[in-house]
Amino acid sequence: MQHGKYRFIVGFLAVPLGLYALFVIWPFIQSIYYSFTDWTGLSPEFKMVGFDNYERMLDDDIFWKSLQHSLLFALLLPLVTLSFALFLAFMINVGGRRRKGGPAITGVRGSSFYKIVYFFPQVLSIAIVALLFAFAYNPDSGAINSILRGIGLDSVQPLWLGDPNLALWAVMAVIVWSTVGFFVVLFSAGMASIPAELYEAALLDGAGRAATFFRVTLPLLWDTVQSGWVYMGILALGAESFAVVHIMTTGPGGPDYSTTVMVLYVYQKAFRDGQAAYATTIGVALLIVTLAFAAIIMRLGRRERLEF
Amino acid sequence: MKTTETTAPVPAESGMPVTKTGLPSEVPSRDKKEGAVLNVFSHGVLVIWAFMVVMPLLWAVMTSFKDDRSIFGSPWSLPDTLHFSNWSRAWTEANMSDYFLNTVLVVGGSLVGTLVLGSMAAYVLARFEFPGNRLIYYLFIGGMSFPIMLALVPLFYVVNNMGLLNTIHGLILVYIAYSLPFTVFFLTAFFRTLPTSVAEAAFVDGASHTRTFFQIMLPMAKPGLVSVGIFNFLGQWNQYMLPTVLNTDPDKRVLTQGLVQLAVSQGYKGDWSGLFAGLVMAMLPVLAAYIVFQRQVVQGLTAGALK
Repeated sequence: MQHGKYRFIVGFLAVPLGLYALFVIWPFIQSIYYSFTDWTGLSPEFKMVGFDNYERMLDDDIFWKSLQHSLLFALLLPLVTLSFALFLAFMINVGGRRRKGGPAITGVRGSSFYKIVYFFPQVLSIAIVALLFAFAYNPDSGAINSILRGIGLDSVQPLWLGDPNLALWAVMAVIVWSTVGFFVVLFSAGMASIPAELYEAALLDGAGRAATFFRVTLPLLWDTVQSGWVYMGILALGAESFAVVHIMTTGPGGPDYSTTVMVLYVYQKAFRDGQAAYATTIGVALLIVTLAFAAIIMRLGRRERLEF
Repeated sequence: MKTTETTAPVPAESGMPVTKTGLPSEVPSRDKKEGAVLNVFSHGVLVIWAFMVVMPLLWAVMTSFKDDRSIFGSPWSLPDTLHFSNWSRAWTEANMSDYFLNTVLVVGGSLVGTLVLGSMAAYVLARFEFPGNRLIYYLFIGGMSFPIMLALVPLFYVVNNMGLLNTIHGLILVYIAYSLPFTVFFLTAFFRTLPTSVAEAAFVDGASHTRTFFQIMLPMAKPGLVSVGIFNFLGQWNQYMLPTVLNTDPDKRVLTQGLVQLAVSQGYKGDWSGLFAGLVMAMLPVLAAYIVFQRQVVQGLTAGALK
């Protein structure tokens, strides 16, 4: 029996763990090792160079730009997206007119319709969303400038992705557009599980909507907000920002490195410039930023867990 | 650990019990007025955002039926006639049919593999005690927060040395490996919530561990498998970063890659209407599936974050 148990455990774990070790864990370990070499990726030969890559990175202006943009993504995108999603979710679930004889707190009319529609971008590939907006941003024939012309703003025709001062914001807006709906639905589910008695008690005490939100809804939803924050930050540092910047911007990462982010810079150094070792060095920096971000949010957000 | 049966986001009306008794029957008038203003305001914001979500999608559908000249000349005008030829051109000449086929093969293989391997690992980690159990569990879930791009640089050469670069089965293996962290995390929690008595009874009756797993535990875990299956399906169907790095053969491209490549090549081909048809073609099946399976999709995608 005992023998059979261990054979079963090994038999069931061998394939998944083997696959995971080979394709995920082993490359991560290799990456950290390669960051101390001069490996180009083009030939199998390389030698150890100590901290040369790291010194080079600290002198690399483009690296600092990409770090700056990635940090902006990780801090600003969750802040804007989550606040807006909380606002919308509160309106959907609590913003309804108080009907005579109805419950103290209701959602607006058509709340389930809003939740369905807001979720649309979430099921689409970020690549498709990025392509769509790349067209919409086109300065001559794009939908956005065409609207501006239509309402008489002929003089306001920004270059959007072509303007170094605007491109980064244009890209960030796309990420907000595509992720807000997910959090609206997530927070709505959380709000629906808050007992109505708590709202009623707050209303009886004379609390307005704003006070209700900050004193009742937000504290009870805090755990969800916090994990959403970490989730969004990891996306904004990784896959999501790679797809959007890689597809939408000129260069990619331009104009004039105004939109480059760390994950894109890793990709370009490794697969465009043949500097695999240096790419892994930037990748290690990205790893540190990601882990530090997650740790800080978890620590800052730690509060006494409210039971309800 | 909460159960994975997260409540679907029901409209608040039905989600909250009506407990009218005990409330003051007349509401102060100041409050009423504030409520009305707020209601107009909240409805306004909600409508505007719904509009901003739907407009770009409708614009894409509309544009996919226009000819190239009017796409550039007047982006917002309705198509003069419905140019269905855009769609057939995209499907055949622009290789959308190949991209669809590749995507279906890759996602089909990955999804089955992810669910089988993920549930095997999760079951063992959730139900058996052995030295190293915790270590292996944290090894898996640690993969959720690491930047994948860091691993992709050496992974490219690992995959290349194994002769798996630019192959469908190679891509399937990589998709499975990178889907395992969340799948194992989710299903481990799920298996822990299932009662142990049924499996023990089967074991006493002489069923092997393997048979107990496939015939008793997997059917019991169906709701969890559906949720995590939908999550993985969307993630793998929409995947862009992994194929961009590991799948550079034009014949093997998946949908997202194919569309991006199509957009790049329009710089000299100039078939923008065909490209829009391709974009809409890629969008519609997922949106349609979402509208039909709305409740399950939302559950699957939000289940992980709600724990």
